[in-house]
Amino acid sequence: MVKTSGIDVKKVAKLGNLPLSADEERIYTDQLSKVLDYVELLDRADTKNVEPTYNPTESRNSLREDSVKPSLSQEDALSNSPKNTDGFIVTKGVFGEEQ
Amino acid sequence: MQYTPVIGLEIHVELNTKTKMFCSCSADYFGKEPNTHTCPVCLGLPGALPFANKEALEKCLMIGLALNCKISKDSYFERKNYFYPDLPKGYQISQYRKPLCIGGSLALHLGGGKLIRINRVHIEEDTGKLFHKKSKTLIDFNRSGVPLVEMVTEPDFKNVDEVVEFAKTFQQIVRDLGASNADMERGDLRLEANVSLREIQKDNLPDYRIELKNINSFRFMQHALEYEIERQRKLLEQGVPLYKETRGWSEEKKESYLQRSKEDAHDYRYFPEPDIPAISFNDSDIERIKAKTPELFSSKSKRLETEYGLTSETAKTLVKQGMAGYFEEAVKEGEGLDPKAIANAIVNKRQSTELSPGEFTGKLREVTGKQETSMGDLEIAVLSVIKHNEKAVGDYKNGKESVIQFLVGEIMRETKGKAVIDKVLKILLEKLND
Ligand SMILES: [Zn+2]
Repeated sequence: MVKTSGIDVKKVAKLGNLPLSADEERIYTDQLSKVLDYVELLDRADTKNVEPTYNPTESRNSLREDSVKPSLSQEDALSNSPKNTDGFIVTKGVFGEEQ
Repeated sequence: MQYTPVIGLEIHVELNTKTKMFCSCSADYFGKEPNTHTCPVCLGLPGALPFANKEALEKCLMIGLALNCKISKDSYFERKNYFYPDLPKGYQISQYRKPLCIGGSLALHLGGGKLIRINRVHIEEDTGKLFHKKSKTLIDFNRSGVPLVEMVTEPDFKNVDEVVEFAKTFQQIVRDLGASNADMERGDLRLEANVSLREIQKDNLPDYRIELKNINSFRFMQHALEYEIERQRKLLEQGVPLYKETRGWSEEKKESYLQRSKEDAHDYRYFPEPDIPAISFNDSDIERIKAKTPELFSSKSKRLETEYGLTSETAKTLVKQGMAGYFEEAVKEGEGLDPKAIANAIVNKRQSTELSPGEFTGKLREVTGKQETSMGDLEIAVLSVIKHNEKAVGDYKNGKESVIQFLVGEIMRETKGKAVIDKVLKILLEKLND
């Protein structure tokens, strides 16, 4: 169970790659704790006889055949990106290795 | 203090399906114009819904079966969340709690048939490709969403040779299955190893492990592991404690280097992918997939040995050369010919295998004439030795008769000492004086 009082906003911010000022850290600690407190209301529900589920549908094996359909044009694919070069999307330099 | 290596292996292999894992974009991205194989799904645009590729799941299942895994009756996808520009959605669709295949094993030849336990074989999607320039990074999403199978072993390897044998066998298996080209230079197959050292007197696993990444060839893996084992041994002997970390391998400098401290699994905040219904293969699905699974290298060469009485070496060579099908065809066409003679003729390229199997055996029949098959075998061996020892044959023709002894020795070796020396000599002289 999440300990709401102990939410580590620094860590959450690091995982989300969000730079937070000390003020923001305080604000978000307070806000996120309230969110978690609210969600914790769910703990009151009696789930003793309820099977765990992770998907709202009973549907299974919704699969498609392996046949190619046209992709977007390069122009369309790049159209939402603010900076491109030679067909690549350009982003700030990230050093460190690929996942 | 004496130490012994504890090594586990993680292999990612890109499947060779026509389309990506969750969309119908072409998965054939290698060498293509950047960002020409994308759609809202593999670009991670809002509202796009993933639709899983049946062929990719079946290929993952084939790999699992080939590694003696149990196929999970109830499998699902999960989101693995992390922040990096190669991942447009902000998460990778992967598997975590319920992988498709669990708990298999693979026997090595080394260590007297030592079993390496397989923890899991699961399916996920590949990421986009990044090109790091000086102050910027270029992104190509053609690879984003290509089906990727991840195989994880238990930490059962005790030395580098075992790891190399396993990795090569795994590569052969996925190729036999037609599941992946498994070309390491193209990045179809990627190796990661977890390495630590255990005190020889202690049974429990070490409390740290070093993950080695960026290994692009079997040879590099060998270098990286050997280096890493020595590095750790030295540190431990100096009493320096080791911690969990990820290290890359630089083949240029021949050393491993620190990449970053490894996030704990919960930092990825895995949770079930709500957009894709569960996957369940029942027994009849599994039987159907088994029925269309190609024969594996190892079982194929075993079968050729027992069915046709071939030596294990000949059988393996046939399979390695991709000539097993040709051989079996030729045996059918060449009724009355000894399968061993046919196999030898193929392996030693005595006739051109450009010919159809029928023509091939026809030619072979001409050469071996109407002699008994055992005679045919011997004749083939003689011809092969003559062909492969041009210099000795030339010496003989120039009057240096002593080379006969050498040639006879070669023929005896080729026939594994089964031939009668008198007969060998007779046929050899006949052929040499022809
Ligand atoms: Zn796509």
